[in-house]
Amino acid sequence: MNIHEYQAKEVLAKYGVAVPRGQVADGPSEAEVIAREFGTPVVIKAQIHAGGRGKGGGIKLARTPEEAREYAKQIIGMTLVTPQTGPQGKKVKRVLVEQAGAIKKELYLGMVIDRAVSRVVMMASTEGGMEIETVAARTPEKILKEYVDPALGLMPYQARNLAFGLSIPPELTGKAVKFMMGLYKAFVETDCSLAEINPLVLTEGGDVIALDAKMNFDGNGLFRHKDIQALRDFDEEDPTETEASKFDLSYISLDGNIGCMVNGAGLAMATMDMIKMCGGSPANFLDVGGGANAEQVTNAFRLILSDPKVEAILVNIFGGIMRCDVIAEGVVAAGKTLGLKVPLVVRLEGTNVERGKEILAASKLNIIAASDMKDAANKVVAAAGQAN
Amino acid sequence: MSIWVNKDTKVLVQGITGSVGAFHTRQMLEYGTKIVGGVTPGKAGLTVEGAPVFNTVLDAVKATGANATVVYVPPAFAADAICEAADAGIDLVVCITEGVPIIDMVKVKRTLEGKKTRLIGPNCPGIITPGECKIGIMPGYIHKPGSIGIVSRSGTLTYEAVHQVTTLGMGQSTCIGIGGDPVNGTNFIDVLSAFQEDPQTEAVILIGEIGGTAEEEAAAFVKSRMTKPVVGFVAGQTAPKGKRMGHAGAIISGGKGTAAEKIEAFKAAGISVSEAPSDLGITLAQRLGRKVH
Repeated sequence: MNIHEYQAKEVLAKYGVAVPRGQVADGPSEAEVIAREFGTPVVIKAQIHAGGRGKGGGIKLARTPEEAREYAKQIIGMTLVTPQTGPQGKKVKRVLVEQAGAIKKELYLGMVIDRAVSRVVMMASTEGGMEIETVAARTPEKILKEYVDPALGLMPYQARNLAFGLSIPPELTGKAVKFMMGLYKAFVETDCSLAEINPLVLTEGGDVIALDAKMNFDGNGLFRHKDIQALRDFDEEDPTETEASKFDLSYISLDGNIGCMVNGAGLAMATMDMIKMCGGSPANFLDVGGGANAEQVTNAFRLILSDPKVEAILVNIFGGIMRCDVIAEGVVAAGKTLGLKVPLVVRLEGTNVERGKEILAASKLNIIAASDMKDAANKVVAAAGQAN
Repeated sequence: MSIWVNKDTKVLVQGITGSVGAFHTRQMLEYGTKIVGGVTPGKAGLTVEGAPVFNTVLDAVKATGANATVVYVPPAFAADAICEAADAGIDLVVCITEGVPIIDMVKVKRTLEGKKTRLIGPNCPGIITPGECKIGIMPGYIHKPGSIGIVSRSGTLTYEAVHQVTTLGMGQSTCIGIGGDPVNGTNFIDVLSAFQEDPQTEAVILIGEIGGTAEEEAAAFVKSRMTKPVVGFVAGQTAPKGKRMGHAGAIISGGKGTAAEKIEAFKAAGISVSEAPSDLGITLAQRLGRKVH
């Protein structure tokens, strides 16, 4: 789960991480009031879940409260296009108004869980403001890393290693260490999967602060953080994906015209690959999970059919614990309730497969039976083609 | 031979009194797995499917001599259950639970360092040595004893591979799903190295998916250390970047972890890559020079 910059800064501030003085504004006059209170200059920053906002005109420096109002007026309501939003862009609903100070140096600080070593790693680089992937690709030696032993947590010496490695002046080392220790604590205590401070800045006034902040959270850990859950912004998510999550279905929208319903994430991905290989294009990824029942199957069909691009549907089920007859009943029930208008190809394998096939055959629904994955993919691609 | 589990493996079920635990206990018993007991704190004295229930793993180990456990407890309690089993000296812990927080797994991995306990999972279908021992949730009947080792990050895709191998008249030595989470216990290399050492295993099917670098590491191991033939597949060739494809670990982030990179690594390591998931069995048969009807 992602959150906005202003929310990330609020979370981090609770852990003693230094952030600029700032407040979120929903409209131009509110921005002006905040600017007056803080004193100018202030920075007006569009709040969307995507980076690269400055390049798209989503970040402006206001020298007067009137300018703050004017920029907020320009930015709120605009559709901001950045390299991360895709060409359709994202609509800006609010801005963060932040006190602006003179910057001496821009650095990078980030944390992730390094899968290869199963440890949290804190990464730092002098290349502040640049994407860390770019730095990693071009000059990997410029990324400093400290792996954290979870039994100990980030140790002060590790934070010092990074601070000195970044050539932070000795008089600011203490502040940098406090910043890093706070960031680590926030990361593990809120079940983060990624935290990025880019840039981390040293100010002329002698502070070490987070000029930008990005936090992503591990969905598996959210159950123990009601406060973080409350920060979820549904407007930033694909509505169908949000709807799917309510039913415990894992759904991702794609560009194609063949709807897919599969049990298991790996098989679902493999089914999409198979469709592509047979000349088609999947409209979605949908994993109904291991314990789906008739109701779940109906929900899944409803989601698939809510996408107007869908011209044919492929159901690929390898029934293990999930029995094929139960799935077949679900497919038939869904087909009847929802009045299925597009061709439906079904491939069933596994537990009670014969019974499942009988149920489908007896249903009088227009179902195209397939013998294996390749057969199913070929048939659905042909069916979608005919629909054109 | 086989790897890690066989007819003599004595298995405990953690979370045996829950609906999922009880259901799979019955399934495992029907398959012939030696379930010697179960653990649910506060429920000692009960029996489930004839298996005695204990309050702690240590009590259960003392009473039954169990050397393996399977964990079906909810995500919030999974890390605790794994650590309890390790502390009680269990050799093999199989964690089926899906949705375990990643930070919990980081702590679990640290706890297991230097201990003899092997963890498989979490978020996995488990491990099966056909005809001898099934620990997990896979449908037992699709398997057949034989000489092919199968290892995968996915559940149902493993069943697909098993089914194809069985349909072609071959069987499996041991099949293992290592799970779809970014931080898990046993990795590909652990399994590949055990298959390489196992006399029963003649060849290996390796099924990867997008996200992380486990496939690249596995490929490097195959190239430098394995003499047995390996056939591979990588799911997610059509997956978009930055989207989590069901499994917590299946995500292309920062442009890294694509199927194309992994397939390239497989090929460079001499792994026979099945381009289509439906051709895993045939690709294996061809690699082994077997005739396919």
